[in-house]
Amino acid sequence: MKLQQLSLFLENRPGQLRAPCEALGKAGVDILTMSLADTAQFGILRLIVKDWERARQVLEATGMVVNLTEVVPIEVDDRPGGLAAALAAIEEAGIGVEYMYAFAAGPRPGKAAIIFRFEEPDRALVALQARGLRVLAAEELLEKKSM
Amino acid sequence: MSRSIGKTAGERVGSQDRIWDPAETLPREALEALQSRRLGEIVQRLAPVPFYRDAFAHREIEPREVRGLSDLWQLPFTTKEDLRRNYPLGLLAVPREKVARIHGSSGTTGKPTLVAYTRSDLETWSGLCARFLVAGGLREEHLVHVAFGYGLFTGGFGLHAGIERVGAGVVPAAGGNTPRQVMLIEDLQADALVCTPSYALHIAEVARAGGRDPSSLPLHIGFFGGEPWTEEMRAEIERQLGIRAFNNYGLSEVIGPGVAGECQGRAGMHVAEDHFVVECLDPLTLQPVPDGSPGELVFTTLTKEALPLLRYRTRDIASLDRRPCPCGRTTARMSRVLGRSDDMLIVRGVNVFPSQVEEALLRVEGTAPHYLIEVSRPGALDEVAVQVEMRPENFSDEMRHMIALRDRIDHEIHAITGVRMTVELVAPGTLERSAGKARRVLDHRRQPQ
Repeated sequence: MKLQQLSLFLENRPGQLRAPCEALGKAGVDILTMSLADTAQFGILRLIVKDWERARQVLEATGMVVNLTEVVPIEVDDRPGGLAAALAAIEEAGIGVEYMYAFAAGPRPGKAAIIFRFEEPDRALVALQARGLRVLAAEELLEKKSM
Repeated sequence: MSRSIGKTAGERVGSQDRIWDPAETLPREALEALQSRRLGEIVQRLAPVPFYRDAFAHREIEPREVRGLSDLWQLPFTTKEDLRRNYPLGLLAVPREKVARIHGSSGTTGKPTLVAYTRSDLETWSGLCARFLVAGGLREEHLVHVAFGYGLFTGGFGLHAGIERVGAGVVPAAGGNTPRQVMLIEDLQADALVCTPSYALHIAEVARAGGRDPSSLPLHIGFFGGEPWTEEMRAEIERQLGIRAFNNYGLSEVIGPGVAGECQGRAGMHVAEDHFVVECLDPLTLQPVPDGSPGELVFTTLTKEALPLLRYRTRDIASLDRRPCPCGRTTARMSRVLGRSDDMLIVRGVNVFPSQVEEALLRVEGTAPHYLIEVSRPGALDEVAVQVEMRPENFSDEMRHMIALRDRIDHEIHAITGVRMTVELVAPGTLERSAGKARRVLDHRRQPQ
């Protein structure tokens, strides 16, 4: 299942990272995971949150530029070579990875979750499932966090 | 259905690039000979006008010895300030009883700048307006809706006379009451619209608010002027009103609208060079800039009787193109007005206008976002940084797209201005705005050159 990821444009100056996190905190929106891409001048903060619609409203209300992107959470074995095996399957399917980052621990013991941004999320979903990779449902990830 | 037929007819008529006055196609040599002869005459006629008599004396110019264009450079400049100081009509070159009309430009403070016309000047003027109207595709059978103000402002009466000169019908709607203007355009089936570009967009807006699709209005040509506008605005007007939009240029001190106007090629406005000598000068050194480079436009009137002016400094920045135009006209073409000479920046010896940066942003982003140009001189050289506010629709989640966006802006700015600037993308709303108008330039250099 695809997840909705929020991306924020950040300028490279003090307070830019804190502001969105604070806004989400005040609104009671839980951040599940995040990744930050940066250049000398600006950065892109990518967030997976529990309630993306509400988070987007809150962030946009503070004047931030928010972009919505579909990403795919994939379960990998939490052991050496676990991620490499998943990447091998992705490569075999001929799917391009734009970027990826970890979703901390996966919902099941012994498993990790990785968030992938693919060139073609829909094709990736089908191709990866066909190759035996387990794509996580949003509920699994969200529920785990609330436990 | 009737609309699409109307538009097709409009395009067909418009595409025939008819020429109103044979003078527009004079071979350059003949044109320049005519200019030289007329320049000599005008200098002689100006000799008794106290302002010019003093200026000639000061520069030790003997009016009878001014023979032609090659003497132009030594003639005195005239500024708006000179006209103000000689308010109301101190520069008049004919007896008062010869004056047939007064117009003026709205001074934002104090007294307006007044200009005068003789009968013959009015005849010249209407002919000049007819030139660009016909070049844009206006024909006798058309009806034109004029939403320019009628008054001291030259727009209304100038275009009105030009339209009548072409033989077309005119609806002198003037300004105000836009819903009624929309109604008149619709009910009278007007073919062409004359107003400022911003008012054209306002008409479209009001039509839409009234539940009409503005592109279904009968209009198919528009002649816009009276304020600077951009190519983006032209595209917007054309899309919204379903017309072809033409730019024209003029200022009351020179004669009013009709100084220059576009042909079907719409690659610059043809200057009526048989009536005006146009120069494009560096506003600081007052030396000519090469064709294609922006500079301040300076006009010398060659045929005006009541108020001839020598080398009138417009403060308008534009560039000139003297290459032959496919339409057959031989006159120089001026670019759209890029800005005012007061806004000019000099960066590493290159003249740069904020509007050029805006143009670059337009090319990349489709519409110009807020931006701020900061000039500093940390060492020996000038450094320019341009902060550009991100627009939500251009924000990509992928770094390479963002870097590509910044690089494209960088590239366009360099291509247009010839100066390398550091482009910084900043978050929306970060750049300071005062009273809705954004500040465009911060010059941190102690001593502007």
